[in-house]
Amino acid sequence: MLEPPAVELVDLRKSFADLVVLDGLSMRMPSGGVHALLGPNGAGKTTTVRILATLTRPDSGSVRVAGHDVVRDRRRVRRTISLAGQHAALDDEQTGAENLIMLARLAGLSGRAARDRAAALLERFDLTDTAGRRVVTYSGGMRRRLDLAASLVGTPSVIFLDEPTTGLDPRSRQGLWELIGELAGAGVTVLLTTQYLEEADRLADRIAVLHGGRLAAEGTAAELKRRFGAQRLELTWRDAASFAEAARRLNERVTHREPARRELSVATDGSAPQVRSLLDEVDPDRRGVVRFNVREATLDDVFLALTDRPGPGVREVANV
Amino acid sequence: MSELAMRPTHAAVMIGRCVRLSRRNIDAILTSLLLPVILMLLFVYLFGGAIQTGSAYVTYVVPGVLLLCAGFGAASTAVSVTTDLTNGMIERLRTMDVGATPILGGHVVASMVRNIVSTVLVLGVAVAIGFRPAVEPLRWLAAAGVLLLFLLAMSWLSAAFGLLARTPEAANGYTFMVMFLPYPSSAFVPVETMPGWLRGFAQHQPITPVIESLRGLLLNTPVGSAPARAAAWCLGLLAVAVLLSAVLFRRRIA
Repeated sequence: MLEPPAVELVDLRKSFADLVVLDGLSMRMPSGGVHALLGPNGAGKTTTVRILATLTRPDSGSVRVAGHDVVRDRRRVRRTISLAGQHAALDDEQTGAENLIMLARLAGLSGRAARDRAAALLERFDLTDTAGRRVVTYSGGMRRRLDLAASLVGTPSVIFLDEPTTGLDPRSRQGLWELIGELAGAGVTVLLTTQYLEEADRLADRIAVLHGGRLAAEGTAAELKRRFGAQRLELTWRDAASFAEAARRLNERVTHREPARRELSVATDGSAPQVRSLLDEVDPDRRGVVRFNVREATLDDVFLALTDRPGPGVREVANV
Repeated sequence: MSELAMRPTHAAVMIGRCVRLSRRNIDAILTSLLLPVILMLLFVYLFGGAIQTGSAYVTYVVPGVLLLCAGFGAASTAVSVTTDLTNGMIERLRTMDVGATPILGGHVVASMVRNIVSTVLVLGVAVAIGFRPAVEPLRWLAAAGVLLLFLLAMSWLSAAFGLLARTPEAANGYTFMVMFLPYPSSAFVPVETMPGWLRGFAQHQPITPVIESLRGLLLNTPVGSAPARAAAWCLGLLAVAVLLSAVLFRRRIA
């Protein structure tokens, strides 16, 4: 039997009072792997995750998680998923072990099985040494690890992570990325929202860019870069004078500028003939440009290209 | 495991959680255990000499202090519920399909446990400073029944306040009402000493029949219709509180 997609949204709409948050969002995420929901603040990422996790009801549209409808079959959805929200939802005054045992019992494990499961998760998330300490004493990174462990007590097949690494230092973030990667490796489908493009680029097999409550683009990081972020020719100039002169002459065509390093970029398709003619054009005397580079687009370029304009669906219903 | 079979487990786990958290919440322990005792000492030794009640003041004031305890205990219930809402715990529990009843019930049962402990403590101190109740087991049982019913109503009401509040601080503020209600009643001074307009309120508010029942039952004096009125008030408030929490829960969490 063909496995149903982990997530399937068709024409999802949701407004809060007069504010349209999701304006006909449709997307499909296959089972398995890490999927990232990317978008500027207010794009509807958190609302989407909350609807998928059965915490918010959609106004209209069809929403399925692992084949189950989030409104009609919410019970079954809840047995399939888990959610780690923006704040680590743990009891500060319980120890790490107590938190996990409690949640494992709620997930239906017997007392003994719950203790075993908690111990295994603490071990896996490198928290065994601090298992007996109250969570209030944990560092930010330890809390997030415990939160992630907590979302695994019920052995879910789809996990939603809402900005899992916000506020973490680089080392803790790195550690969490590895854990998320391992989860996906073990066959769990991970859907995460993030504001960090590097995170999406590093972790996600597929990326959905949300803008104004709709899907702006979807694909692998490489596909998105190819489709939306043209390559650029980066030129380094001999001195400040030639840099200033070129900047003035090329004016509108400059896509990136780094005055400190005397670098200017112009769009290119990366082919040799075009790069050669561009070089001749921008530096006819062949004295200004000392070095050039053809740069691949970054996810930042894609993100800016897709979200730099008002979104298709961003509007507030006039209240008249 | 089937849904129905999970419910007792969910309830047991949630109660265990809330009792454990209560035990570790030093602030709440101090407020709900020590403050009533301190207030009782304050009333008995500071104001008691000036208040004429026709009997030893300590005998008069104990039922009132017991209800004051319930107010303090209730306050921390509301704060705990709001904290669960604001820190995402209730959302996590909802995505695990834990129902509203075990979630709120855990807080209510923990509140009852806290209140029973503080009641016993207050009674112990009261006896030590001269409170002499009548030894009448059946009447004691009836008094315990009235008190438990009152505690249950106050605890659910606080849980509802907790669902209403947006921040734990606000939740604390809502419970001010519950804590204040014993004062304009017959808890600390006879209502006959109050001005007319206040006396009307004091005689007809829920605390007064509860106080009168406790006082009568503990001291073996006639209680009249007070227990019936107390039970009616408590059951009414309980029904309102349970209904209100059900509605608020659905509104705060889809």
